[in-house]
Amino acid sequence: MKSCLIVDDSKVIRMVAKKILEDLEFETIEAADGQQALDACQATMPDAVLLDWNMPVMSGIEFLRELRAMSGGDKPIVVFCTTENDIEHIQDAIEAGANEYIMKPFDGEIIQAKFSQVGLL
Amino acid sequence: MGPRDFEFLKDFLQGRSGLVITPDKKYLIDTRLLPVVHSHGLKTIPDVIEILRCGENEILAVDVTEAMTTNESLFFRDDSPFDLFRQQILPMLLERRKDKRKFRIWCAACSSGQEPYSLAMILHQEQNRLAGWKAEIVATDISHDILERARKAIFTQFEVQRGLPVEMLLKHFVQDGDYWQLSDQIRNMVRFEYLNLLESIKSVGKFDVIFCRNVLIYFDLDTKRSVLEGLRSALVNDGALFLGGSESTMGICEDFIPVPDVRGVYRKTECIDSVAG
Ligand SMILES: C[S@@+](CC[C@H](N)C(=O)[O-])C[C@H]1O[C@@H](n2cnc3c(N)ncnc32)[C@H](O)[C@@H]1O
Repeated sequence: MKSCLIVDDSKVIRMVAKKILEDLEFETIEAADGQQALDACQATMPDAVLLDWNMPVMSGIEFLRELRAMSGGDKPIVVFCTTENDIEHIQDAIEAGANEYIMKPFDGEIIQAKFSQVGLL
Repeated sequence: MGPRDFEFLKDFLQGRSGLVITPDKKYLIDTRLLPVVHSHGLKTIPDVIEILRCGENEILAVDVTEAMTTNESLFFRDDSPFDLFRQQILPMLLERRKDKRKFRIWCAACSSGQEPYSLAMILHQEQNRLAGWKAEIVATDISHDILERARKAIFTQFEVQRGLPVEMLLKHFVQDGDYWQLSDQIRNMVRFEYLNLLESIKSVGKFDVIFCRNVLIYFDLDTKRSVLEGLRSALVNDGALFLGGSESTMGICEDFIPVPDVRGVYRKTECIDSVAG
């Protein structure tokens, strides 16, 4: 079973994502901000990260940069999932090492399509 | 709507576009035809049917036919046909057509354009190898409305997230509020035309590759067969035919056989060295 770290400060979003990812047979771990996510990655590197942008303590993009600099941090496939839907944000995300990008609102179909594109399914 | 009206509409649609509607799809008639009812200043669906029976209002007949089509589509639908096109068919074409330096692709039920534009983006990726080549993509559909949308190539946020890799979004689209406009470079690679698969297949000419995906499912067996026969005559001998994931020629048309190990791709039975392998 593959693992996916869900990083979002909204509990509701984490719940929705968790349900979708479990249906896609992922084991899920949750983090409410970038720092918690980093801690989780330090403990065990997940196969995938579903990542929000705006969060307290540490934002998604800051987390991503730190993650990519960590040893083994190049492995996880990172899919942004955020309301930031302008081309500049998308570009920054890809430059920082994101593999895919989902613009909220999202649904199971979009997550499934994106995850299969990046070879997670 | 009474049973006689339903029967009439069923025969009408089958004759016009091949669409088979079964009684359990009655709800579709309401949701899809009510906008037509209103745009023609009428009150009810039976009003529409009464006019259709007279057979004198072609505009209404076309609007009803188009409104009943299902236009659902997405970029790189099902991924694997497009991977196969990129990895196998295209290199084969580059090899076999190197004297003419020319090939033609037909999307035979293109809907809002995601399918031909996906192919165009692939060709664009391979532009170095295609320098000096003429690669034509012709995309046709029965619905004038959907063709108009396809030509404009403006997609919603939802549409650009279904199947389209984000790097292609960045490369080929510009954002316009909530919408995403495809670049002229890719748009200009596709020619859109009206074509009813029931009528005028012969007029389109010959193609090296045909995508006819997710349209045969709406037809009955006889219609499927005659469309497949038409596609056969439009496909060059060593060409490749792509059907939708739940479509097949098996038991319908002997002129095509599936290419082993790749779902949804067919070659002409008579040809042993097809580009499809
Ligand atoms: C579900 S879409 C498929 C789009 C695309 N090929 C794909 O696979 O995503 C089916 C399309 O077939 C078109 N169609 C239905 N009957 C047709 C006919 N008789 N001739 C040409 N197009 C037809 C519809 O207008 C609709 O756009």
